[in-house]
Amino acid sequence: MDTRSRPPRRGRVAAAVAALAVCLPLAAACGGEGDGVPVINLYYAPEENLQEVVDECTAAADGRYRIEYQLLPRGADDQRVQLVRRLAAEDSQMDILGLDVTWTQEFASAEWIQEWTGEQQEQAEQGTLAGPLESARYQDRLYAAPKNTNVQLLWYRADLVDQPPRTWDELIEAAQRLREQGEVYQIITMGAQYEGLVVLYNTITASAGGQILDEGGTEAVFDQGAVRALEILNRLATSGVTSPSFSNAIEDDARLEFQSGAGAFQLNWPFVYPALQEGAPDLAENVGWARYPAVDAGSPSRVTIGGYNLAVSAYSRYPEQAFEAALCLRNPEHQLFSAVNDGVPPTIESVYDEPEMAEAYPMREVILAELRDPATRPGTPAYQNVSTVMSAILSPPSDIDPERTAQRLRDEVQDALESRGVLP
Amino acid sequence: MTVLNERRQVSNGRRVERGRLSEGRRAERRLGWLLCAPAAVVMVAVTGYPILYSVWLSLLRYDLRFPDEQEFIGLSNYGAVLGNEFWWNAFFVTLLITVISVAIEFGLGLGLALVMHRTLVGRGLVRTSALIPYGIVTVVAAFSWRYAWTPGTGYLANLVTPEQAPLTERASALGIIILAEIWKTTPFMALLLMAGLALVPEDLLKAAAVDGAGAVARFRKVMLPVMKPAILVALLFRTLDAYRIFDNIFVLTAGANETSSVSMLTYNNLIRGLNLGIGSTMSVLIFITVAIIAFVFVKLFGTAAPGADQERR
Repeated sequence: MDTRSRPPRRGRVAAAVAALAVCLPLAAACGGEGDGVPVINLYYAPEENLQEVVDECTAAADGRYRIEYQLLPRGADDQRVQLVRRLAAEDSQMDILGLDVTWTQEFASAEWIQEWTGEQQEQAEQGTLAGPLESARYQDRLYAAPKNTNVQLLWYRADLVDQPPRTWDELIEAAQRLREQGEVYQIITMGAQYEGLVVLYNTITASAGGQILDEGGTEAVFDQGAVRALEILNRLATSGVTSPSFSNAIEDDARLEFQSGAGAFQLNWPFVYPALQEGAPDLAENVGWARYPAVDAGSPSRVTIGGYNLAVSAYSRYPEQAFEAALCLRNPEHQLFSAVNDGVPPTIESVYDEPEMAEAYPMREVILAELRDPATRPGTPAYQNVSTVMSAILSPPSDIDPERTAQRLRDEVQDALESRGVLP
Repeated sequence: MTVLNERRQVSNGRRVERGRLSEGRRAERRLGWLLCAPAAVVMVAVTGYPILYSVWLSLLRYDLRFPDEQEFIGLSNYGAVLGNEFWWNAFFVTLLITVISVAIEFGLGLGLALVMHRTLVGRGLVRTSALIPYGIVTVVAAFSWRYAWTPGTGYLANLVTPEQAPLTERASALGIIILAEIWKTTPFMALLLMAGLALVPEDLLKAAAVDGAGAVARFRKVMLPVMKPAILVALLFRTLDAYRIFDNIFVLTAGANETSSVSMLTYNNLIRGLNLGIGSTMSVLIFITVAIIAFVFVKLFGTAAPGADQERR
């Protein structure tokens, strides 16, 4: 509030009331600046124990800044809309932003986040796995520090199959064999019309050595590998081995279905394991994990990575402190803490060797193997458009006609890349 | 035509009169204008500017994610939107929702208005309880509907459509959206129609009864004609409201399975897609459609429509 001119008494009361009215909804934004310590606002998705990490980093800053954890909504779309709306209005109250890996290029292109350079860049890159780091780059510059990553695995019923299938062919055959034997046979994964379907398709395409976009992310390619991935996706949906709700399932639906004992195989993120141990301990004993199925037995699968990156807003008033705080939030010690307590896999390779990881992540070897040679989603500022259009065209997978669908994808994704098309 | 001419003469007459206004009256009039001016300026600033700005944006290629590629492209955005199947799909979905919900609301609303008007006992209670749905925030009501129709948690889904997820299929989802709209806004319709019913003089009805008109004839020949202005106001308001439907769809389906309305589609392109050009084009198209609907109502129903001279409010 402006205090240069001293308002008369009644005016002062009014000013105080007005200040209160403005500040109350933004308590964190207005409060606390009085002691001269810069407040770094961290906007991040709800993560149960992140507040502890935030407090530790504030303590480590030793009075140079204080980090305030501002919760974003739970849904990824809602998080993005809030960030985008405020950045478009050049909101200076946001300092560190928690970005889903697919938004980093978009925010960088819009000039909403700052490039990481010099020593800070070195620190962010040091020991970080190549895949997650790639997701934080745009046009060969680093725009964010990867905080955590994620990758899907094949979960299978060890009491039904001796050897986990290594390829999609083996997987589908194994399920068919189980069905003929009258056993539980279903392959359960996410096939609803949303990002999860794009992730599935992206993984199969990358495993087949195919490409969705060209290197620069400006041309829709959908080469032979991408067509082959369409064939596999269609075969998965039409050979009678998926669950009936395949084309409507998202992560939690798939988890619950497998947890109820309805499936022999599940392709899903690692969060399903602790949930399984808690929800169905008997079943959990019989569940094994393996690398995501490949397309050709000779070349291992390349699995799409998820996760979150930390970026510094272009409108931040304290960028120096924000970079420093972001580095603290994702340092090895805190990544280990979050991995163990919040179930988010680290992006720094050495963290996987810590003894605590062995207990919380019995499957860490497989995760790490997949992370060493992962697939990233197409790196384009227009990813949101591309993904929306792709999920609309790929859904339902049982209607895919490989050559024809590929042509449609080429046309409509090209439009989406140029942001000329209309989003559904 | 003759009526029009007469009116013109009357207004000419007024103008002549105006010339003869005394100095004092003229000053008073000027003061009146000055007093109105701030409000008028604010109105223009808060409505006129954004409207013109979005018309301007609709002529640009302007995507927030590509700040360097901003350029003037004339009417290309209109071509892109009008040549797109998502737009037309949303347009017809919106029309369908508008026509069906307004028609049903009108029928139910008229019935409710008659009940509220004629109730002798507990009139206050009847009116209050009928207005409850209108008093509930749309988003809150929409969430209730959504949970009610979600398999597993919802009583309606379990009761009416076990083993199915009605909100994930197009036809049933649209049905639920229309149902939620009707439930929510029928009271509003009834309220407006009741105001119209209050205009019908008791004497007129009694006279008609004496002349031998039955209940149906009294309703059709006496009440409806007198109520016509109120009916038109109610229909116009509700049609425009229904055409801009957003919150119910946003909460119930978020536009999945081809249930987007034009407003939902605009939101997706503007706020989520960050495409200011395409999004503004859609806003302008909605604005034009709304203007056409209002124009048609006024033209079609002539002087009885709101905005026409006789019914100025």
